[in-house]
Amino acid sequence: MIRKLTLSALSALLITTGGALASESGGGHVENVKFSFDGPFGKYDQSQLQRGLQVYTEVCSACHGLKYVPLRTLSDLGYNDAQVRAYAAQYEVFDAELDDFREALPTDNFPAGSLENAPDLSMMAKARAGFHGPYGLGINQFFKGMGGPEYIVAVLTAYTGEEVEMAGSTFYENNIFPGGQIAMSQPLFGEDVEYADGHSNDLHHEAEDVAAFLMWAAEPKLSARKHVGFMGVFFLGILAVLLYLTNKRLWAPIKGKEQT
Amino acid sequence: MAGIPHDHYEPKSGFEKWLDTRLPIVGLLYSTLMIPTPKNLNWWWIWGIVLAFCLVMQIITGIVLVMHYTPHADMAFASIEHIMRNVNGGAVLRYVHMNGASLFFFAVYIHIFRGLFYGSYKAPREITWIIGMLIYLAMMATGFMGYVLPWGQMSFWGATVITGLFGAIPFIGEALQTWLLGGPAVDNATLTRFFSLHYLLPFVIVGLVAIHIWAFHTTGNNNPTGVEVRRGSKAEVQKDTLPFWPYFVIKDLFALVVILALFFAVVGFMPNFLGHPDNYIEANPLSTPAHIVPEWYYLPFYAILRAFTADVWAVQLASFVTAGIIDAKVFGVFAMFGSIAVMAVVPWTDTSSVRSGQYRPMFRWWFYLLVVDFIVLMWCGAQPAEPPYSTIALIGSTYWFAYFLVILPILGVIEKPLPQPKTIEEDFNNHYPSAKTPAE
Repeated sequence: MIRKLTLSALSALLITTGGALASESGGGHVENVKFSFDGPFGKYDQSQLQRGLQVYTEVCSACHGLKYVPLRTLSDLGYNDAQVRAYAAQYEVFDAELDDFREALPTDNFPAGSLENAPDLSMMAKARAGFHGPYGLGINQFFKGMGGPEYIVAVLTAYTGEEVEMAGSTFYENNIFPGGQIAMSQPLFGEDVEYADGHSNDLHHEAEDVAAFLMWAAEPKLSARKHVGFMGVFFLGILAVLLYLTNKRLWAPIKGKEQT
Repeated sequence: MAGIPHDHYEPKSGFEKWLDTRLPIVGLLYSTLMIPTPKNLNWWWIWGIVLAFCLVMQIITGIVLVMHYTPHADMAFASIEHIMRNVNGGAVLRYVHMNGASLFFFAVYIHIFRGLFYGSYKAPREITWIIGMLIYLAMMATGFMGYVLPWGQMSFWGATVITGLFGAIPFIGEALQTWLLGGPAVDNATLTRFFSLHYLLPFVIVGLVAIHIWAFHTTGNNNPTGVEVRRGSKAEVQKDTLPFWPYFVIKDLFALVVILALFFAVVGFMPNFLGHPDNYIEANPLSTPAHIVPEWYYLPFYAILRAFTADVWAVQLASFVTAGIIDAKVFGVFAMFGSIAVMAVVPWTDTSSVRSGQYRPMFRWWFYLLVVDFIVLMWCGAQPAEPPYSTIALIGSTYWFAYFLVILPILGVIEKPLPQPKTIEEDFNNHYPSAKTPAE
C-alpha cells in the first residue's frame, strides 16, 4: 500500500513538472548562485540585504522604483524605527490630501521609478526565471528554484561593453537579456558603492547583493512561508503516522491479521 | 437511500424522535456516513475525499482572500501585493489558494483516470459520470477565471486567448465574445464579471458534488473488480462491504494527510513552481508576452486546440465541405471541446461488458497509452506551436479521439476478457487469505 501511494506521489510529480513551463529567456546560460535563502531552511542574510539596499538606493533607484514595497518593511533588514524614518525621509512622495509633495514616511511605499521605460523592481525577482527545462520538464527549476535572483545577477554581469544604435536609441549588448540588446546602460561596474561593513564590492558581489535585496522586495514573507511549510509537513507527517497505525489496527481483524 | 440494503437510523430519545418526524437530517447523515462500501477498494479510491477537501479549502481561503482583494483593473494587481505584504498570513493564504487549484486539478485527473480504468462510468453509473464531467467543466471555468483575477500579464493574455476561442465560433462568435468580455477587449468589465462568476461557480460545484455523491450512493461504489455488491439481503451485503465509517473514513484521512503534507511542502518551499513568472508583471494591453501559456492543468487541451492547423487534411476537408466556415481555428476549438465531449459519452462508446480494466488484457495497454498520451499532450501544450511539437501534438490528439471513438468500441467486440471473481468477498479473501467474513 505504501508502494502504491508512492506511485501516486511519483506520478504526481511527473505530471506537475509539466507546469514549470518552458518560456526560454532567449539569452545565455544563467549560472546558479548560492544564496543564503536557497533551500527549505534558507533565510535572508540581513547584512547582505542592507548592502543590496545600498546598491539599490545609490544606483538602481536613479531610474527604477519599488512602488509595491512599503518602506516600513525595511525593519526586516534589521533597521530600527529611527533608521527607517531617516531612510524614508530622503524620498519625496505626492500626498493627495496636501495636494503637494512631502517627505516620505515609513507608512508610504517606495516611490515609483522616474524613468518611464525602467520597469518597477518590486516583483522583478519573481517575474523572471533564470532556469528552464530541460525539454520543458521543469526539472532544473525543481532542484535549483525559479532562478529569478540568479537571472538578475546574470544580466547585471553580462554586459560586453558594445553599444548599438537602433531607431535613434542606444542599446547595450548583453549576453543574458532576451534578444541580446538591452535599453539599460551598464549600471554596475564594481566598486560603485562603498560598503560600511567593508565587504568586497567587486561587480559580482554587488550584483549578488542587489539581487538578494530584490528577492526580499519580491518575497518579504519568505521565512514565514517556509516556516509554515515546515510546520505543515512536520505535523501532518506525525498525523499521517498516527492515522496509518489507526488504519492498520482498524483493518487488521477484517484482513485476518494479528492485531499489533 | 435506495440501492444496497443496510441499517437505518433509529431515533431513540424523545428529542431524536421529535426531530426525525419533522426533519430526518440525522437519518440522512447516518445513511450517508454508514453507506456499505466495497471492502476491496484500493488506494486509487482516495481521491474523492481529496477533491472534497480541496473544494472546501478553496472556498474558505477564497472567501478570506475576497475580503482583501479589489476587483478593478487599476487596483487588482496592487491588491494582490497588499495581500502578499500587509495582510496577516496573507502570503501563505494566497499561496495555498493558488497551489490549491493545482492540487484540485491534479486530484481530479487521477480521479477521472481511475474511473476510466475501472469502468466506473459503465451502467448503472452513467449519471455519476456525466455529473462528474460537469463538475470538471465547472472547475475549468472557475480555475480559468480565478487565474485572471491577479491581473498579471498571463492573466490578461490568457483571458484574451481563451475568450478568443469563443470568437472563432461561426456566425455568432464575435457577438458571443463581446458579450462574454463585456466589451470589445479584455478590460475592467471582464475582470468584474469573472470575479463575480469565480465566486459563484464554486457553489454550483458544491451542488453538483452533492448530486454526484447522491448518484453513486444510489448505485453503490464501483470497485477494483467491477463486480457488483451482492444485494439479496443484509447478510450478503455485509460479506462484500464495510460501512464507510470508520473503515474508509480513516483510510481516506490517512491518504489525505499524506497528500496534504506534500502539498504544504510545495506551498512552503516552492509556491511559484507551478505558476508563470510573467504573472508577477502587471497586465499591459500594449505588450504581448513571448509565449502565452495557460496553467499546467489546461495544457493537454490547449495542445489539442493548437494541434489542428491548416495543413492537416481533416481540417482542409472540413473547410472544403463547409465552404470555409470551419477553418483551422474553429476546428481547433471544436476539437478542444470535443476532446471532453468524447470523454463524457464514454459510457456509450465502450462496448465491453466487463467493467474493470484488470480483466481486460488488451484494453489495459490502450489505457496506459492514453495516460502517456495525456502527459505528452500536457508537455506539448507548454511548447511553442512549431515542429516537432506540433506533429507530436497532432499524433497525441488523434490518439485521444481514437481511444474513445474507435478503440473502445472495437475492443469490446474483439477482446477476450480474463475470468473475474464471482464476488467482492472472493476477491478480498484472495488478497488476504487469512481474512474471515466478520458477519459469520
